[in-house]
Amino acid sequence: MSDKLILDCRGLPCPQPVIATKKALERGEHDFVVVVDNTAARENVSKFAVSQGCGVQVETEGMISRIVVTTAAGSAPEFPAAPPATVGAGGNLRYLLTQETLGHGSGELGAVLVKSFLVALKEKTPLPTTLMLINGGVKLACTGSAVLEHLLELSRQGVEILACGTCLDYYGLKEELKVGSVTNMYTLVDLMTEGKLVTL
Amino acid sequence: MLVGPETSDDAGVFLLNETTALIQTVDFFTPIVDDPYLFGQIAAANSLSDVYAMGGQPLTAMNLVAFPIGCLPDTVLADILRGGADKIREAGAVLVGGHTVEDSEPKYGLSVTGLADPRRIWTNAGALPGDQLILTKPLGTGILATAARAGLCREAAAAAAQSMAVLNAAAAQAAKDQPVHACTDITGFGLLGHLHEVAAASGVTLEIDSAALPLLPEAAMAATMGMVPAGAYANRNYLTMIRFAESVPEALRDICFDPQTSGGLLFSLPEPAAVVLLAALQALGITAALIGRVTGPQKEEECEIYVR
Repeated sequence: MSDKLILDCRGLPCPQPVIATKKALERGEHDFVVVVDNTAARENVSKFAVSQGCGVQVETEGMISRIVVTTAAGSAPEFPAAPPATVGAGGNLRYLLTQETLGHGSGELGAVLVKSFLVALKEKTPLPTTLMLINGGVKLACTGSAVLEHLLELSRQGVEILACGTCLDYYGLKEELKVGSVTNMYTLVDLMTEGKLVTL
Repeated sequence: MLVGPETSDDAGVFLLNETTALIQTVDFFTPIVDDPYLFGQIAAANSLSDVYAMGGQPLTAMNLVAFPIGCLPDTVLADILRGGADKIREAGAVLVGGHTVEDSEPKYGLSVTGLADPRRIWTNAGALPGDQLILTKPLGTGILATAARAGLCREAAAAAAQSMAVLNAAAAQAAKDQPVHACTDITGFGLLGHLHEVAAASGVTLEIDSAALPLLPEAAMAATMGMVPAGAYANRNYLTMIRFAESVPEALRDICFDPQTSGGLLFSLPEPAAVVLLAALQALGITAALIGRVTGPQKEEECEIYVR
């Protein structure tokens, strides 16, 4: 019980606890706890999990509720098919960004291109489900990045942004990650092998 | 004073002389859509709606603006004000001034003054047993705004924004010739919150047919997925005088409590006239529906509103 993944959503306004739950399911988590501190978040997270076919168990103590979310038989739900959501619908597209610029050749040009790529991507419907950042790509999501605002915007729109932990360590940027979450190669490999992947 | 703060009505009404009453109202809020021009339109339509809900005609409007000067481009403010000005013009009213304060988050709305015939003021208080209830806009704006913040239901949220920007002028005009007993507009307290105000002010009980409620696209799906704003739960907690039939799905219950921005008008009027008004509204392209009826006078220990 104690080593279950815990999503601490206390203090987060709606719909953020639901988004966190959605992302955990999309990552393939199948037995985790969402901790919330208000009625709206408790009911909304429960509703969402039920709508995705998950088992839900709620323990409430005072204002704090622990919502245990489990998927059937420990298998990940077939997420892209479930809600007719804008994000991820129609292809389940993922992007793997391997450097902090776009394309080979001039670095200066590449920095401009990565910016215009992200601006154009924001306008695309449906949005991709995930941006995966490895090697120099992690710098895009760290302090000082010229495209941070665009990644933050994509994240707010529900696009999951995952930065390779090993890479952040290598560049000494673990404390500097400003958007998205840290992930490992196992998760990345899982994500690379399901759905459509575009490598840049 | 004809209508004051006591009866939770949409606007204050002050008698000027035998044939003219002054209607005054004010409302402003933070952006509910990203597009500043559209936000300006919605905020203005929402403010103007209170005058229509009293049976009046907007005369003058003043801008109320809070804006993070220097943090957001000035064009954002200009677009908000342009959206508002366009709606004021569409309403046939005149912008006479306004006031801006510096604030960390943009806010916009109007103070509106209107005129009405004092003998034909629509308040919350006149609903009579036997009346039919007509709603003139689809429900679900709060739920879809929440879904949009989660990156879901973007097309439906755009449809919601268009609905919020529509003035209640045409709906009010269509009802001018009808014997309207009570009228309100559906805003932050949700459908049931505003129905409660009508029921309490009129001393009647209501029955709502949940299957007849006009809904914005995907609102029910978004509610099922937990995109229910905190305000809806607050409304539910406050409204204890409501009973649901067991068969009413949870998503529809949530929609009944969902806070609306610039929602439709709710008319209470006798049956034959209600049918005529409904046809007139629908002929104007308004998404209106008969959603229930006034069942009787309020008695002790009886639920005020029954939703089946």
